[in-house]
Amino acid sequence: MPRPVGGQLHSSRGGIKKTMEFFLESLIEGLLLGGIYAIVAVGMTLIMGVMKIINLAHGAIMVVAMYICYALFVTLGLNPYIGIFVAMPMLFGIGYLLQRYSIRRVTEVITVLPETQVLLTLAIGMALIEIMRFIFTSNYQTVPVPGVSGKALYLGEISMNVPMIIGFVVAIVFIMGLHLFITRTDLGKSIRATAQDPDAAKYMGVNTRNVTCLTFAIGSMLAAAGACLLLPAYYLFPDVGHAFTLKAFIVTILGGMGSTVGALSGGLVLGVAESLGASYWQMGYKDVIGFVIFVLVLLFLPGGLKTVIGR
Amino acid sequence: MMKRGWVTPVILGILALVLPFTISSYYQHILILVIIWITMSSAWNLLGGFAGQVSFGHALFFGLGAYGGGLLYQHWEISTWWGMIVGPVWAAVIAIPLGLITFRLRGPYFALSMLAMCEIARIIFTNWVPFSGGAVGVMISRTWGGEKLPYYFIILAICAVTLGVVALMRYSKLGYYFLSIREDQDAAEALGIPTTKYKMYALIPSAFFTGLAGAFYMNYMAYIEPRVVFNLEAISIMMILTVMLGGAGTLWGPVLGATVYVILAEVFRTVPGVKEVHVLVFALIVILIIMFLPDGILGEWDKIKRIFIKPKQAM
Amino acid sequence: MNYFALKNVVRRFGGLVAVSNISATIEEGEIFGLIGPNGSGKTTIFNCINNYYPANSGEIIFKSVPIERMSTHKICEMGIGRTFQVVKPLKRLTVLENVMSGAFLRTNKVRVARDKAMKAIDFCQLTERKDLRAKDLPIADKKRMEVARALATEPSLLLLDETAAGLNLKEIETMMEVVKKIRDSGITCIIVEHVMKFIMGISDRVMCINFGQEIATGKPEEIAAHPEVIKAYLGEEYVTDR
Repeated sequence: MPRPVGGQLHSSRGGIKKTMEFFLESLIEGLLLGGIYAIVAVGMTLIMGVMKIINLAHGAIMVVAMYICYALFVTLGLNPYIGIFVAMPMLFGIGYLLQRYSIRRVTEVITVLPETQVLLTLAIGMALIEIMRFIFTSNYQTVPVPGVSGKALYLGEISMNVPMIIGFVVAIVFIMGLHLFITRTDLGKSIRATAQDPDAAKYMGVNTRNVTCLTFAIGSMLAAAGACLLLPAYYLFPDVGHAFTLKAFIVTILGGMGSTVGALSGGLVLGVAESLGASYWQMGYKDVIGFVIFVLVLLFLPGGLKTVIGR
Repeated sequence: MMKRGWVTPVILGILALVLPFTISSYYQHILILVIIWITMSSAWNLLGGFAGQVSFGHALFFGLGAYGGGLLYQHWEISTWWGMIVGPVWAAVIAIPLGLITFRLRGPYFALSMLAMCEIARIIFTNWVPFSGGAVGVMISRTWGGEKLPYYFIILAICAVTLGVVALMRYSKLGYYFLSIREDQDAAEALGIPTTKYKMYALIPSAFFTGLAGAFYMNYMAYIEPRVVFNLEAISIMMILTVMLGGAGTLWGPVLGATVYVILAEVFRTVPGVKEVHVLVFALIVILIIMFLPDGILGEWDKIKRIFIKPKQAM
Repeated sequence: MNYFALKNVVRRFGGLVAVSNISATIEEGEIFGLIGPNGSGKTTIFNCINNYYPANSGEIIFKSVPIERMSTHKICEMGIGRTFQVVKPLKRLTVLENVMSGAFLRTNKVRVARDKAMKAIDFCQLTERKDLRAKDLPIADKKRMEVARALATEPSLLLLDETAAGLNLKEIETMMEVVKKIRDSGITCIIVEHVMKFIMGISDRVMCINFGQEIATGKPEEIAAHPEVIKAYLGEEYVTDR
């Protein structure tokens, strides 16, 4: 995944103060990145927790959202932070339709290859990405938001990337909002019921078919939100969807399926680990960290961080 | 399937031997690609379709196979043809500890941990420049220049051996055990089948033949880079999709799926306009297949026959 | 020398003790019945015996060898076969292929495995169905196939988990004949059952458990009349002539 556009990283030139600043800068960058990873993953963890399917189209959905914002920016000059409110409902709808007419059909089928559903979401993701490539070409695009992109805030000598800060704050707000929604509202309870035991939920009068479609729609909507938050800070090109999917998946597994708290803690852990890794090791190997964490978590802490945190 | 329908394979075999002499160099290249893909897809099918262990990271073995020769040339100027031995062997050897780690995981978690392993390899080969040459890859000069025929017969032999080994395994005790593990791993254990051991018996040849295809690729294309040979979408995922399209768990499914994929790719490549539409079309086909013919064309052959036979009887 | 013994086997799931200090010895060649209300721990005991999951404590001894830490496939190799309460057919394989998967434990040759499988299939009266796919079978045949499959592994001890559940009267009688033939061929059986006609009509001895604990062990007639058993079950006396 490419590094954010803008922001600076001072190199260590000896001296405790400089070393501390270097460390803090990496740490903060990691936390900010982690917040955004969290909102990217929270949609996926919701879908995985409720529908028990692995949605490999997640990154593609994000890319669609990003292109919507990009198109609005290029044609209407619409600020992506406003465009987010266009992309979110659109992807809510697209997600709903995908689940309703495609993915759901494959849930009950028993096939030779056990992972058919996962492969379906994969194929859907590929198709979406290719459609984007068809419309927008493979060129790298940026959405330079005036006053935001490329700007950095300074805390003493430590620089922080402004779009990332905004992204982090908005992400936290959304995640908290989701958490409240899931725990306090009736629909949220229906979703949790369906996640725990679909048959029992049906007996209790929950329209599980509707719930699964809505869950997928909400998950897509959140993915869209995360994507648009990233837009001012990253390059946009069709294949970035694959990287997003993988990152979302790592965070989901790290944090624990179906847990918003897990997504948040997983995101932060991954963000910090990658940032520190990029600063102290070599930037090219940054993504290896995520994959290694992924395999280690699967082997040694299969429930994810949520089992440790207790939620 | 051994006894009935031996006519088709024989016809295909004769066609395979004769066809290349009748077509131009461009079509020979396409044919070579088809055979490479048939080899890779069949190798994947052994582990995924027969033993039911779906790996999303098989490009790992392809890349290792390719770099077997690539590294030999890079470091010691040894001919990449030796890579045809080194490549598949070290792919198979690396598969062993890999399998021991990942087979502890089930289903989609196994699939994605293989993906992670492949990505780790890709990143290492891209960044560890003194080891692999880095992102620029390895380039050699082709042994037979622009002449395709010798390459064709080499890969054809490799493909035949691959298909032969897969068929032999399928109809032996190994095949029965693979299918049992696929259908119900716990029941298999209760029947005395050491499932991890047998999963390895599927993984190792699968890795070997995928690596062999990769090693051939090195010699044929004369240029490899990590981004291409360890590629997630174009190789790992495509291997799965070709098998799905043709019919997982059948002997001829991968042959069909690979052929359709390569031909489709070429047809769209020549259409003026957008170059990568073939991926979109292929993805759409796969979506439709999963939704309506989930066991692939050959897997659902009975269903397909019924659609066409019924109207005839009505008449 | 004990043929098969459970000694103080305990199995917990979180806070719930599913099997609590169960001990039993089983003689070679007998049919040993295990009864108890739903949820009393019968299948859990089976799952511990063949290490589908391990017992938390206690010993399980088979032919003088402790097997509680052995892997499932080794246990089968040693000679313990089992069927599952909810049948686990190898769905896309035919009956013959299913049973051959069991037969391959004792041979590497396809032809030999096929012969062994056919013997087991004939034994269980499934011969006409041998080429049907397992997923297309009615439940009674699926159950008999599972028995045939376990038999093909040439066990000396067979664990039968609710093989009569869901069968009608005629099917139950067929199954009873099969199990009697199994015993007559020298295989020891432990049977878990709810269908009293079946288990009382066949077993040499019966153990009744409830809430994971042993209530009574003895001959079927004794158990059927036992006040604790009647209390646990709201009693059925269904002792048929053997």
